[in-house]
Amino acid sequence: MSEPIFIAAGAAVFLIGLYGLFALPDLLRKIVAANIGTGGVFLLVLAAARTADQQTADAVPQALVLTGIVISVSLTAFALSLLRRLVELTGSDRLDEGEGE
Amino acid sequence: MSGLLWLSGVVVLPLLAAPVVYIGGRRAAAWLPLPVALAVLVSSVMLLASVQAHGHWRYPLGGWLPPLGIGWRVDALSALMLSASALVALLVAWFGRQERAALGEGRGRELFWPLLLFLLGALNALYLSADVFNIYVTLELVSLAAVALVVLAADAAALRAAMRYLLIALAGSLAYLLGVGLLYGAFGTLDTALLATRVVQVPPVAVLALALMTVGLFAKAALFPLHAWLPPAHSSAPTAASALLSALVVMASVYCLLRLWVGVFAPVVEPRLAQLVGALGAAGVIWGSLLALRQQRLKLLVAYSTVAQLGYVLILLPLLAGAGAAAAWTGGIWLLLSHAFAKASMFLAAGLILHARGRDQVSDMVGAARQLPVAVFAVGIAGLTLMGLPPSGGFVAKWLLLEASIRSGQWWWVPVLILGGFLAAGYVFRMLSPAFKDAAGLERFEPVPRLPQFICLALALISVGMGLYAAPLLEALEAMLRVGGTTA
Repeated sequence: MSEPIFIAAGAAVFLIGLYGLFALPDLLRKIVAANIGTGGVFLLVLAAARTADQQTADAVPQALVLTGIVISVSLTAFALSLLRRLVELTGSDRLDEGEGE
Repeated sequence: MSGLLWLSGVVVLPLLAAPVVYIGGRRAAAWLPLPVALAVLVSSVMLLASVQAHGHWRYPLGGWLPPLGIGWRVDALSALMLSASALVALLVAWFGRQERAALGEGRGRELFWPLLLFLLGALNALYLSADVFNIYVTLELVSLAAVALVVLAADAAALRAAMRYLLIALAGSLAYLLGVGLLYGAFGTLDTALLATRVVQVPPVAVLALALMTVGLFAKAALFPLHAWLPPAHSSAPTAASALLSALVVMASVYCLLRLWVGVFAPVVEPRLAQLVGALGAAGVIWGSLLALRQQRLKLLVAYSTVAQLGYVLILLPLLAGAGAAAAWTGGIWLLLSHAFAKASMFLAAGLILHARGRDQVSDMVGAARQLPVAVFAVGIAGLTLMGLPPSGGFVAKWLLLEASIRSGQWWWVPVLILGGFLAAGYVFRMLSPAFKDAAGLERFEPVPRLPQFICLALALISVGMGLYAAPLLEALEAMLRVGGTTA
């Protein structure tokens, strides 16, 4: 029964990522934090499915995580290109500067 | 089987047309999007007709049956969502063809078209999905298209708003995905109908998953208290994009929320949980309306009213427990649908007036009634639905919600519904009263062609018509709750 450890680890990584997403000031770090959080969710999905079926490996959670990785990569790429454009336009990589113009 | 043809018409066709329009550039964008949107509308209406004639049905994608395969479900609710989205998208596309200033700056004007088609295909796939993971995938597609629509305006404010939207949507989808993982771990299936039969096995896990997915969808649908990203994002997008975002994109997330609460998790939902979500909805109605009243920028006012209107829909969840369940269910959905048309109309009309004036303040409406009479009339007609005055679709919806509150003895929703209507009247008249002031001494508006104004009016009239012609569709929605019907 090592699964609870993986579930707890996944939840911890998810929370760390979520904390970074909201607490860190600059956008690049926010995007990295979101990726860390995503990793935590994937770990948790695999671990939670493992507890349900101890005997055989289940392909469905792995397919879910693979799909999730594809989505996460494309969202990250999109976020990074938005960030690059924002830095080109304003010279700042933060959200809170220059509000109320 | 003709059902399959219509299913590909609503999902495959727009998703194929989107890259074609992107690669084809200006020449493809000139003629392809409108016929595709029309074909999607025809397919959606045919699906709705098939549900009315033969009842709901499912289609296993690729012939794989659940629990392994992914199912698509066509019922009255999904067919109504498909038809309403296609109709809004078609009219917005037609408007965009006429009024190029509504599409964004420079290159954004060409990128609007592939994004419109991509958004439509993603929304339709979302409405049809009967699989919680497939819902996650389609939600992400919708978010990608929506954020891209915000940045078509290509200025720093839009980029910031889009960035904030994207990060909130990311956090929301993580919470949702976590819920999906828990569900699969505990119940071994992702299919909504199978989940609905299994969630009672381990209620605590089901409730935890429901809570996580609800928080995620609250973030994506900008429901109070996670609404702060919506007004800047929707108001800094180009006009046609604002209309799509405020009418369709948030509606899709609220739709998922309803499917989960009513269809999948109904056996484990405790009355206290439903009351909490209803209370958040009520708080959203009041808070969103108050903020709408205080805005100086016209598009922000309209955007805050979206936050308020979506709050009403959540009130249907606690009401489902009582004697007026059928009225609450049909009323909430009718509000969601009529809001889509009214809000699209209002954003397009506001955009027309602002393009003509070249500025973006509520006070810039001065004199608009004389020079853009049809657009101002459209704002007023769409306002009827937001206020819930007869004979609009919003009136029917609120009437049903009121009836459900009284019949189930939950009187505390009644003042919220009534106060929300008064506050909506307040912000609608804030827009209309300067429009009727005399514009002497002010610079004139740019001339505005007639056709785009009439498209705004058409959208507004549809939202009113939904109050006049409602009975057969409401009956079909109600049948989903009866014995033998299904909401999963």
